[in-house]
Amino acid sequence: MRAVLVRRRIVDAIAFLFAIAATLFGLFWLFWILWTTLANGFGALNLALFTEMTPPPGSSGGLLNAFYGSIVMIGLAVFIGAPLGVAAGTYLAEHGRYSRLASIVSFLNDVLLSAPSIVIGLFVYELVVRTSGHFSGYAGALALAMILLPIIVRTSDEALRLVPDQMREAAFALGIPRWRVTAQILYKAAMTAILTGVLLGVARIAGETAPLLFTALNNQFWSSSLSAPLANVPVVIFQYAMSPYDEWHALAWAGALVLTLFVLGLNLVVRLLARRASK
Amino acid sequence: MIELMEPQVRSSQQVDGPTKIEVRNLDFFYGKSQALKEVELHVPVHAVTAIIGPSGCGKSTLLRTLNRIYEIYPDQRAAGEILIDGSDILDRRFPLSDLRRRVGMVFQKPTPFATSIRNNVSFALSYYERLSKSQMSDRVEAALRQAALWDEVKDKLGASALSLSGGQQQRLCIARTLAVKPDVILLDEPTSALDPISTARIEELIHELRTSFTIVIVTHNMQQAARVSQRTAFFHLGELIEVGHTAQIFTNPRVQRTQDYITGRYG
Repeated sequence: MRAVLVRRRIVDAIAFLFAIAATLFGLFWLFWILWTTLANGFGALNLALFTEMTPPPGSSGGLLNAFYGSIVMIGLAVFIGAPLGVAAGTYLAEHGRYSRLASIVSFLNDVLLSAPSIVIGLFVYELVVRTSGHFSGYAGALALAMILLPIIVRTSDEALRLVPDQMREAAFALGIPRWRVTAQILYKAAMTAILTGVLLGVARIAGETAPLLFTALNNQFWSSSLSAPLANVPVVIFQYAMSPYDEWHALAWAGALVLTLFVLGLNLVVRLLARRASK
Repeated sequence: MIELMEPQVRSSQQVDGPTKIEVRNLDFFYGKSQALKEVELHVPVHAVTAIIGPSGCGKSTLLRTLNRIYEIYPDQRAAGEILIDGSDILDRRFPLSDLRRRVGMVFQKPTPFATSIRNNVSFALSYYERLSKSQMSDRVEAALRQAALWDEVKDKLGASALSLSGGQQQRLCIARTLAVKPDVILLDEPTSALDPISTARIEELIHELRTSFTIVIVTHNMQQAARVSQRTAFFHLGELIEVGHTAQIFTNPRVQRTQDYITGRYG
């Protein structure tokens, strides 16, 4: 009897040690990445970063055009992807629970969710860039929207399914038609979770580089036109990091740091929202 | 022996007031499994009818046919007739919105909507009636008073309904149902998630509402059935076994199975 207990305690201690070691192993890389980004990017952070354009090699500048391009494309991607995604999620959760079509849609959405982003980039390249003959901000936004869409479909589907059926029954029992129940009761109850999905989706597309390489490409100069190639943070980081110039390296680090902090901030907002919702 | 007695009991079911709801030959199916078998029941107007029976006997199912809420789930199906004021509500042509306005329902767990107390009450009302702001607040007040909740919430109508206690939430759900002026109120184990004090308040409320509404209550709690109802129907395995005056059912049941249930031999 005693021997069994001792053995259990030893096995427990070993398992515990392994769990701790695995956690530390994972955290180690994360903090290394964060630390490297911070150490290299912090020095390059200055006001010029947000007020000046990307410079030619050998001179100083900032990333204003890239920030602008990224914000506009992400904004447009959310504008396209969020309403469509929430609508499709609503179909899956509210109207398609017992339908074959919905389970097919749901499966295809999962496929799209895990599609490599470079494939989506190439698809939009064929669809928009080749037919229009030039790279453009519209193409970039479309590619980002296609990455965002399945994320929002899945999260809003799940958010609505989390609303207990009793809530639906209670609303239907008052004789309220379906669309009104969805719009006024269920969306309200699932609002935080849907919003969380949108924010997580934004965090995901903020750093996407591959799809933008084939669509928005980059623009060294200030351009606010969405029908022309548009500067954006990830592609600028990509190009500047590959370059032989020190000024460009510094700007790439600064861009990477800002991007990382932005994603970190979004995740914090998501955590706060989730905590508020669970209260 | 029991089988022989049942038809006699059924045919002798007498109705006190005029009949508000008449259930005729009702069968109910969840997919392929049958949950109600040939149920015949008269529900008198302005009285409380309690439905009792062991778990899975079909008592909640019966309640859920009376406002056709089961139709949300495509695999559930009812066959037979349910006449409310003489018209068959199971008829596809019977407008669902009308039915559910006339037959309100309160569920086992309080189900406040994630919005203010005021909006919870005005939500359905604003769908059915075009009211001015002051008319609306009068109706909200009236409904909350009728549900004995007004005094507790009158200073915080804008507060979230989720901030109320469980008992208050349940009375809010009753107020929400009363606001659209139904004739019939269905209560599906309305106090099973509540503490004894909240339960007592809801039971008092049922007493008061009885004079102006027809109430059907499903309850697991036989003392509650005895306290709040005038008529009691006992269900077992999807069949209506016996229905009669509450006092008679509890003191002098005619069927052995009823006797066994109320004396606690199964359930």
